[in-house]
Amino acid sequence: MIYAILRRFGQMLFVMFGISVIVFLIFFATPGSDPAARIAGRNASPEVLAAVRHSFGFDQPLYVQYVRMMEKIFVTGDLTSFVNRGWKVVPAVMDSIPVTLSLVFGAAVLWVVVSIIIGIVAAATRDSWLDRLLMALGLLGISMPVYWLGEVMNLITQSRYHDSWLFSWVPPLGYKNFSDDPKGWFLTLVIPWITLAVLYIGIYGRVLRAAIIESLQEDYIRTARAKGLSETRILLRHALRTSLIAFVTLFGLDFGALVGGSALLTEVVFGLHGIGKLTYDALQNLDLPMIMATVMYASMFVVVANAVVDFVYILLDPRLRTS
Amino acid sequence: MILSVRDLRVSFRTEDGLVRAIDGVSFDLAEGEILGVVGESGSGKTVSLLAVMGLITDPNAIIEGSIRYKGRELVGLPARELRRLRGNEIAMIFQDPMTALTPVYTIGWQIAEQIRAHQNISKSKALERVEQLLAEVNFPNPHEAMSRYPHQLSGGMRQRAVIAMALSCNPALLVADEPTTALDVTVQAGILDLVRKLRSTHNSAVVFITHDMGVVSELADRVMVMYAGRVVERGSRSELFSDPQHPYTRALLGSIPPLTGEKPRRLPAIPGSPPSLLRLPQGCAFGPRCPVRYEPCVATKPDLGTATHAAACFRVAQA
Repeated sequence: MIYAILRRFGQMLFVMFGISVIVFLIFFATPGSDPAARIAGRNASPEVLAAVRHSFGFDQPLYVQYVRMMEKIFVTGDLTSFVNRGWKVVPAVMDSIPVTLSLVFGAAVLWVVVSIIIGIVAAATRDSWLDRLLMALGLLGISMPVYWLGEVMNLITQSRYHDSWLFSWVPPLGYKNFSDDPKGWFLTLVIPWITLAVLYIGIYGRVLRAAIIESLQEDYIRTARAKGLSETRILLRHALRTSLIAFVTLFGLDFGALVGGSALLTEVVFGLHGIGKLTYDALQNLDLPMIMATVMYASMFVVVANAVVDFVYILLDPRLRTS
Repeated sequence: MILSVRDLRVSFRTEDGLVRAIDGVSFDLAEGEILGVVGESGSGKTVSLLAVMGLITDPNAIIEGSIRYKGRELVGLPARELRRLRGNEIAMIFQDPMTALTPVYTIGWQIAEQIRAHQNISKSKALERVEQLLAEVNFPNPHEAMSRYPHQLSGGMRQRAVIAMALSCNPALLVADEPTTALDVTVQAGILDLVRKLRSTHNSAVVFITHDMGVVSELADRVMVMYAGRVVERGSRSELFSDPQHPYTRALLGSIPPLTGEKPRRLPAIPGSPPSLLRLPQGCAFGPRCPVRYEPCVATKPDLGTATHAAACFRVAQA
């Protein structure tokens, strides 16, 4: 088992190296474009261009350029954005990480807990009115676009009903550091968490219900009944346990993507300056160093999330431990 | 009598109408007795025993008749009461050991789970008992086997684990649904030995479902032959094998290759195929395939009668 984990860890490093090479090649070795001009931004003076050329090693072979770039991102951390006049890229990314992580992590806790409850209740009462109601609500959650839902939430909690007793606790939009103001951190994030989680609660609840109902058809469920176990125990210890594998797969993919910047819409709607927002602004300005850093960061999170999923697989399914 | 089934009928509501899977099955089982239930696929042998176990969960199933376990009526018993019997006093072994165990728990955990569902004992006590049980079903290294997951064991070992699980609460009645079908022949022999040994040590009654006449001839005290949801012949093993009366039983025995003497070039087979349960003939269900049918067989269904060795056939009644 330890060997399996170590091997997975090695694979992870290898994949991240591969991604960094590909991303580098796309930005710096695309034929017919001058990366120095892009990095320096529009209307850059010849002196700035020369400085960029020298600093990024564009007068040297490609592998030296790659090493320079990685050094700037990971070792010295002094990658500078020329478009934004000397803004250091790495600290900017580091500042947005806690914002995105707080948003996505809180939403993930919410959607995992709620969707597991919904999946179990719906599977246990399948084909009843309760099951149909939960599944219809799930579909509704999936159908609501997050930017629309976010704006409606803002409309209700920030303006229309903000002065009523129900929503007077909702602070103005923005992010508060957890270390400075834990209560403020929590309160500002409650509405964004709910908004982001609604979609995933719908998807995960439906997926889990289907997986539980499928595993209830298995032979080992009949064995469990023949053992004289209670229906609750059969559902929770046997059917749910074997259904969690599909659930974890989905979670790894979604969590990685969200932390990597897919929470952009939620971040924009609620004025949270996270990774998604940072990437979006960088794309608007064609800020190449910033794009490079955020893409590297995002792919790193997707890879790490997938590795974590594989570790959880190994915990959930003993069949994967020996191979 | 430990188990007494009277006029059991199981039907399923389907889109094409009511399917009567079991039509008036009656049998008795004494303590320590092994009853072999023989029949081809779809003859209702498994469904009738699932009904005894209360394991027919299909909401479209209708179960009628009477199933008495130690004098207590099981049909219509509340789920909670039934659960107390199941796994505790009545245990079941299933056909395919590959899929009968939950893949994510160890053998020891799964057997201990059953013990703890019925007895108020500590986890460590339960695990001690598991080790004993695994030794009893001839696991070479019972202590190590407890921490094995199902996929780490061979088919024969898994079936032994399933048997150990079934025996964990000393059941008075054991239902074995083709426990050797999915296993190869040498492993089969070991499992049959085990069933025989358990009958003598635990004095459990056993219902052994199979389509293998050879297994029945080795193991069963009494035999019940089923066809299209009805019992067509019953009797002691010696009666049935030396003097088969129903044409279907005869045909089944006739299709076993002889061990001595000249081997036939082709084994005799029963012509035709079993009838669809949706369109059973009005008379004897075996009629269309029967070599000795005559007028009465077409119009009415023959009765089994009450004799210890009996066959549901007009020809037999006539003789």
